[in-house]
This record gives sequence, C-alpha cells and structure tokens, in this order.
Amino acid sequence: MILYELISYDALRVIWWLLLGVLLIGFALTDGFDMGVGVLLPFVAKTDIERRIAINTVGPVWEGNQVWFILGGGAIFAAWPPLYAVSFSGFYLAMFMILAALIVRPVAFKYRSKRDSAAWRSTWDWALFAGGAVPALIFGVAVGNVLQGVPFELTDDLFSRYEGAFHAKLLGLLNPFALLAGLLSLAMLTTHGAAWLSLKTEGPVAARARAIGTWCGLMTIAGYALAGLWLATGIAGYALTTEAVANGPSNPLYSEVVRTDNWLSAYAVRPWIALAPALGLLGMVMAVLGLRAGREGTTLLWSKLGIFGAISSVGLTMFPFLLPSSLDPRSSLTVWDASSSHQTLFVMLVATVIFMPLILAYTAWVYRVLWGKVTEADVTDSSSAY
Amino acid sequence: MDLDIVELSRLQFAMTAMYHFLFVPLTLGLSVIVAIMETVYVMTGRPIWRQMTKFWGMLFGINFAIGVATGVTMEFQFGMNWSYFSHYVGDIFGAPLALEGLMAFFLEATFVGLFFFGWDKLSRVGHLTVTWLVAIGSNFSALWILIANGWMQNPVGAAFNPDTMRMEMTSFYEVMFNSVAQAKFVHTVSAGYVTAAVFVLGVSAWYLLKGRHVELARRSITVAASFGLASALSVVLLGDESGYDVSHNQKMKLAAIEGMWETEPAPAAFNLIGFPDQEARETHYTVKIPWVMGLIGTRSLTTELPGINELVVESENKIRSGIIGYDALMTIRKQRAETPPDVRQTFEDHGGNLGYAYLLKRYLDDPREATEAQIKLAANDTVPNVWPLFWSFRLMVALGFSFIAVMAYFFWRSSFRGQVYPRWALWGAVVIIPTPWVAAELGWVVAEYGRQPWTVDGVLPTALSVSHLSVADLLLTLAGFMIFYTVLFIVEMGLMLKFIRRGPVEDVEETEIWTTRHEHRLRTTDGKDPFAAMTTEQAP
Repeated sequence: MILYELISYDALRVIWWLLLGVLLIGFALTDGFDMGVGVLLPFVAKTDIERRIAINTVGPVWEGNQVWFILGGGAIFAAWPPLYAVSFSGFYLAMFMILAALIVRPVAFKYRSKRDSAAWRSTWDWALFAGGAVPALIFGVAVGNVLQGVPFELTDDLFSRYEGAFHAKLLGLLNPFALLAGLLSLAMLTTHGAAWLSLKTEGPVAARARAIGTWCGLMTIAGYALAGLWLATGIAGYALTTEAVANGPSNPLYSEVVRTDNWLSAYAVRPWIALAPALGLLGMVMAVLGLRAGREGTTLLWSKLGIFGAISSVGLTMFPFLLPSSLDPRSSLTVWDASSSHQTLFVMLVATVIFMPLILAYTAWVYRVLWGKVTEADVTDSSSAY
Repeated sequence: MDLDIVELSRLQFAMTAMYHFLFVPLTLGLSVIVAIMETVYVMTGRPIWRQMTKFWGMLFGINFAIGVATGVTMEFQFGMNWSYFSHYVGDIFGAPLALEGLMAFFLEATFVGLFFFGWDKLSRVGHLTVTWLVAIGSNFSALWILIANGWMQNPVGAAFNPDTMRMEMTSFYEVMFNSVAQAKFVHTVSAGYVTAAVFVLGVSAWYLLKGRHVELARRSITVAASFGLASALSVVLLGDESGYDVSHNQKMKLAAIEGMWETEPAPAAFNLIGFPDQEARETHYTVKIPWVMGLIGTRSLTTELPGINELVVESENKIRSGIIGYDALMTIRKQRAETPPDVRQTFEDHGGNLGYAYLLKRYLDDPREATEAQIKLAANDTVPNVWPLFWSFRLMVALGFSFIAVMAYFFWRSSFRGQVYPRWALWGAVVIIPTPWVAAELGWVVAEYGRQPWTVDGVLPTALSVSHLSVADLLLTLAGFMIFYTVLFIVEMGLMLKFIRRGPVEDVEETEIWTTRHEHRLRTTDGKDPFAAMTTEQAP
C-alpha cells in the first residue's frame, strides 16, 4: 500500500491551504506585536529607560516570533512551489525591502543597548521603527495587489514572466487600493503592538500606548470597512470556467479563468464565510473599547481576533485562488493547480502534525516563564537585557 | 537566456551565502561549547563555569543575531532570483527547508531568548536544558539545509513529471538519507566546531598573554582543545567520506578537483601540486603521490577513476539521449492523455537525461535543432573551471590537517603539562583565529563551484534556473546587500572586539566564598593543594 494515498490529493490541498492561513495568521499574531512595538517605540517611549522597557517586552520573544514568517516562506516553498516562485520574484523589490527590514531588525534589538552613545541608540531606535513599519506596510500592499491580480504569465515550460520594467513594477504596486490595504495592515499591527504594550508595561509607556492604540484601532475599523466597500464596487474578481480538477496535476495552464464583476459573489455561494469579516470587525471594535477602558489581558485577545478575522476573510473571499494573474488570467494560481505533489504534501503534513503541537507547547511555556510586566528594575538589573 | 542575469544572480548568491557562512560555523560550534561549559557548571556548581558560560554566551549572541538575519536572505533568494529553480525542484527542495523551520528554527529561536533572559527565572537544570535546546536547534538546522544541498549534488528519490514540468519527490526516505547529505552534514558541523574551538582558543590565549582572566582562560583552553581535537579529526575523516561519495555521483567534480584530464590506470596517483591549464587540457608540473587518489576515490586498487576528457565524451552521449527525451516530452505535452505508449516509453528511457538537453538552451531555444558544433560546446560546458577547484581543495585540506596538529598540541599541554603554554604557542593561537573561516569558505567553493554548470547536478543547468528580472533589478539589490552587509560587518566586528577587550564579568567574591566552602574537596588524597604546583610553574 502506498502510505500517502491515505489522504486524497484534494483533501491535502485544502489542508495545506488552511495551514498556509494558520502560518500567516500565526505570524501576524506573534511577530505582529513586535512590529507594532517597533512602530510605536519613538512615540510611546521618550526617555532611554522607557525605550528599553518597551524593547525588552519583546526582547526575549521576537526571535521565536519571526520564525513564523520564515516557516511561512518555507511552507510556501514546500507546499506551493509555483506560488513561491511567482510571488517572490514578481514582488522582487518589495521582497527586497522586507528583507532589508528583517536584516536590520534583529541586529537593532541585539546591538542597540550595547553602547552608551545617545546617537548610537537613537539610530537603532529608528531602525526598529523602520523594521516594524516597512514590512507591516508592504504585507498589506501585497495583499491589496493579490486581490486585484498580478501582471504575470506562465510560459509552456511554466517559467513565469512579468510585465513592465523594474521601476514600473515597484510603482505599479502602489495603486490606491493597495495603499489602502497597506495602511490598514500598518494600523492593525500598530494597534496590536499597543495592546501588547498595555499588557506588558505600566505607567506612562502603557498610557501612551493605549492613547495611540485607540486611534490606530479606529483607523483599522474604518480602513477595513472602506476596503470591503471598495471590493464590492470597484475591484474585478476571478472565476474558474473549466471544472476544477481537484485531484489533477499541478499545472495552472490546464484550467481556464475569467474576470468577474467582483469577488464578493463568493458570499452568495458560501454565505457562512461572512463570519470571518464579522468576527474581524467584532475583534477590532472590542480592542478599541478595551484600550480606552484600560483592560489589559482581554484587549490583546480581541486584537488577535480582529487580525484573525481580517486575514481569513481575504483567503475565504478568494478561494480557490491563491494568486490571480491580471495579464493572463489562465496563468492564475489556484489551490487545485499550484501545489506540491501528493507525496510531498503528505510527508509535510505528517511532519507538521508532529512538530506543530510541540512548537505551540514550548512557545506557551516560554511565554509563561516570561509572564508579568517589564519594569525599570528588570532592565537595569539584568546584564543581558537589551 | 540572458547571461548577465545568470552571472549577476550567481554573484549575488555566492556573496550572500559566503557572508552568511561567516557566522554559521561559529554559531554551530559555540552553542555546543557554551552548553558543555554550562553542563560542567551544573555538575560541579563552581561559579567560574557560570561566568564562562555567560561570557562565551554573550559573544555567541552577537554572532547569532547576524547569522539569523543573513539566513533569511538565503531562504528568500531562491524565490526571488532563482524562480525557475524554485518551480522545477521546489517539490523536493522546499520540504527540507520547511522542516528546518519546523524542527530547528523554532527550537533555537524560541529558546535563545530564554538563554539570555532566563538566568534568574529558571532553575539551574532548567536553564541548562534551554542551552542544550539552542545548541541542538542550531545543529538540526544544519542537518536540514545540508539535506537540501546534498540533493542538489546528488538528486536521488525524485523523477520528472511531464504534466507539471518539474521534478517531483518519489521517495522522501532517499532524499533524507542521501549519503552525500549525511557525510556533508557531519563534515560541516565538525568544521563549525573546529571554528568555534579555534576562536575560543585564540581569545583565551590572548587573555593569558595579557595575564587577564587567567583562571577562566585556562579552563576555556582545555575545553576548546579537547573539543577541537575531536572535531578536527572528524572534519578530515568525513571530508574523506565526502570524497568517496563524490567519486560515485559527481565524477566530473572529482576529476576537476584532481586536475586529472586523462583516465589513469588504477589506482590513480594524487596530484599534490600542479598547475591546471584549461586551454591545453593538461595539468603542468605535477608532483604526484602514487596510489593515493585511487584509494581515496574508490577504496580499491583496481577501480578506475575517469578523467575529464572521458567524462566530456560521456556528457556528449547524454546530451544526444536528452534530445530524444526532449522530443518525446514535447509530444507528451501536446497530446497529454492521448500520447501513444511508445512515446511514453521513449521518455522513460531518455527523460533522465533531459537536463543534458537543457544545456543546449544556452545556444538555441529548441534543443532538437542543435548542430554537432553546439552539442560539442554544450558537452564542454560540463567541465568546471579547474584551477580554482584544484587549489581551493588543496588549501582547505592543508588547513584541515594543521587544525589537528594545533589542537593536539594544546590538548597535550593542557592534559600533561599542567596547563602551561609557551608564549609563542599562545601568539600562534591568536594569529590563526581567521583560518578556519578561510577553510570553511574554500570548502563551499569546492562544493558549489565544482557543481557548475548545474544547480541540480545533471538535472537543471544554472543558466536556466533564474528569474525573469532585469539587470537593473539585480544591480540594485546587489548594491543594497553590499552596503547593508558591509555596515553590519563593521558594526559586528566592533562589538565583538569591544566585548572581548572588556572581558568576562568575574565575580571574585562569589568564587572565593565557594572555594573556601569547598576547600576540603579541592585537596588531593596526599593532602597537597593541586593548584599550588601549577602556580609556581606558571611563570614561563
């Protein structure tokens, strides 16, 4: 018996689509507050001690959090190779900017407090700001572009080609809808960072974080509603016209795709997916109320629900599309034609089932060991604090 | 295919990978050395071992940060610059990368925070566990990335699927237990251990020369020398194992390393020195050691090792077979399910050489229309540039053997000469600090440059693996990386030197209290103070 045929190919594809969502959401929930703290750093913390307190709230955990993103990249490579190949090279310069941010950020955490000079520290503080703001913005811009379709086409050899010169590629990303999505993502993660700071710090840092967080939370709600409205009225969607061969080979050119009026017809077909945006909005509203009222623990949880709802609403709206092509709709990548082989998906699933619970368990243990607020004494008494 | 894009992509990959590997070996080795030191601390309770753990742990941390940051670049770069490679082999190559994240990155990254922040929050054993988990995580990540790299050298457990136009996994077991990957893994982590041992040895020697932190430095040298000796032996042994593996699956690489143009009667001699000449297809002024090459490469006296010229003829035949396979593939792609069985059979027979037909794509779009001259050109392309391989390999091996000598010497002094070291030896240890890095980088040159013109040996040529980018794209990111990496390097070296100069935080009072309390245990059975002898002999 061939072991991997225990689970059918189409089921594995759906499972890996869900796991892709889990990884992206896991990344936004954990590394999201690190980035939010980075964005808030110059505004919520004025003195050096305040800044160190803010940095040290994420100091012991950001490394583990960032792995969600690295694993996300690895999982896309392993489970959705065409998606990895097309998106990473297609969003070339945007990817480079994210990389630059991800290179600067770890170093900034580690090195900032290793010298006493004020100029040294202030430089690294701004590096942390950029290291949080740039990826937060670009991830949103990327999602905004994916919803509109990306200008690529696949040759018969499945080599992906892109339209436009390189500067046009970058500027082309910055269209109004994508910018809105970028700002939404920035506001959402900043709110998340504020919720984290209000839980992990006390005094003026927490108070400023709550004040700024409230405003960012309101912007998140407005931005999300506006983006939904825009999707309903101004953005064309995509649909498969040939019957989806859910068990077929992963070749996007085997199916036909057309543009449709908008994406939201998905809600007529599968009304239950409206739960995602509803939960998202609920989480965002409750996070704002929590920040205003100064509730600590629950606010972070509500903010997590908001992020969970927002990201899953995008995935559910587009299903089964992963990366539609505006240049040649037939080349669009979908869940049914852009995955790894049956065997690879199975092997990777087995590994995930074994290791994901372990990861969650020891991550939870680490957070428990580090439980409690970070105070001035924690920062000044410890030789290893950042 | 635009060659500029290929060359620039290769330059960028070589640069970022070699830069990344400036930090990786030290992370691999230092994490284990720190864990060993902390184990001694937990077992003996002597405060000095905790001070050692904290000091070397801090240097580990400075190095680790850049290792992580530059590692992300590597993972992104496959998709950014090598998108056809990612599509073509992602089904196999992506899996170990994702497993690396699941098994290794999460482990090391989650616990490295607790290593630094957990001293007061965890019990002794709890903290020790955390330290070992960081070390295990780092070493696991090396395992998975080398399984990925090993597959590029020796693509087992995979087959081409005409429907999806890519290689797909047929056996995960074969990919994972690829003999090349396993030998590479032990060879590479051992090289990391040697790097860290030389680093700890050199820095400690400097303290002894300056008469600072003598207690800490002496103990560090003992750990470094014993750990380093075992690792240096392992590097050379597993290097030999790699050589044996290469003789099976990458005959061209072996012949090029050896500068062996013509097949020699078995057992072949080893060219100790020589000057390879690519044009004349000859290696001049060779100094040969009889039998050695045959013994290393085949472990027999009768098996022949093919020379470069014979392998080129072999490549030519594979190209011709690949063209037949390519022709069958085109038919299959057009007719899909209606393909006649004989065409399927033809593809079964010749599809394995498809990669060789792709070598022709450098010269024309459709390999089926290739002229004789073009086939000859493509066959010649399978010969890597010989002299860099020839000399990189020899320098690497020479360094490998000298590490054994250095470590053996310090191990002897530390074990049998009362931990007293002559000044010249201490200066020597300081001076050789950079050499393990040189050896490690040369090792990668041999492995990767020697695989050219392939990204995946015999399966996908480098020239075909790239993304659809413009020269401007690549120049911009190349410049960006150069600026970033240069600044980071300066910052990193500055901090490293600053913290080495500052030295460890020695809690003298704590040490003294501990020593008084445990004095009765520190005396040997004859009642002498074991430390007394050492301090009188100390002055060299």
